[in-house]
Amino acid sequence: MALTKADIAEKLFEDLGLNKREAKEIVELFFDEIKKSLESGEQVKISGFGKFELRDKSGRPGRNPKTGEEIPITPRRVVTFRTGQKLKARVEAYAGTQ
Amino acid sequence: MSPFFDYSGLDVTKSELIEMLARKQPHLALKDVELAVRCVVDHLSDTLASGDRIEIRGFGSFSLHHRSARLGRNPKTGDSVSLTEKHVPHFKPGKELRDMVDASREKFKIVD
Repeated sequence: MALTKADIAEKLFEDLGLNKREAKEIVELFFDEIKKSLESGEQVKISGFGKFELRDKSGRPGRNPKTGEEIPITPRRVVTFRTGQKLKARVEAYAGTQ
Repeated sequence: MSPFFDYSGLDVTKSELIEMLARKQPHLALKDVELAVRCVVDHLSDTLASGDRIEIRGFGSFSLHHRSARLGRNPKTGDSVSLTEKHVPHFKPGKELRDMVDASREKFKIVD
């Protein structure tokens, strides 16, 4: 089962004793503020975790892989995530299978 | 003084995120917001480190991608090095985030 906002709020309630409403609001705000920063062109760096970066891509000719039909891909702005060193090292150590 | 211009101050950082959250939650002490944000970030990291996915509606999902063992090269010496298999985190932005970021392309330059 994937971790959701509700699970994170539950963790705040258990570990920090925030009430359920506060916990839910903090989790919503955390992701909303990151979104808003990215929407205003600002990249977001969370030390130890990673950085949400923005990249402007120019247009290029594309193709519908199913039909082979040519469709131009318009210029666009995308979000990429660059994992921080600490998280990278912890995840590399994960040896399980998915 | 470093000869390189330090761009790091222009990104939104964790402490700025904490301040933004604290402004919107005036009934909470800054220290508590700080603890809460640290708890959120740690929980996200712990989840990925134990091999689980994260799915945040409207924002995106984090998962692990597998990288097979391979022979790499030391770029300086050209010597080959054997690299063991590993996992790397992957973020896929959700539709809402993708759309809002793309729509802002004409309005805001990327700050860097």
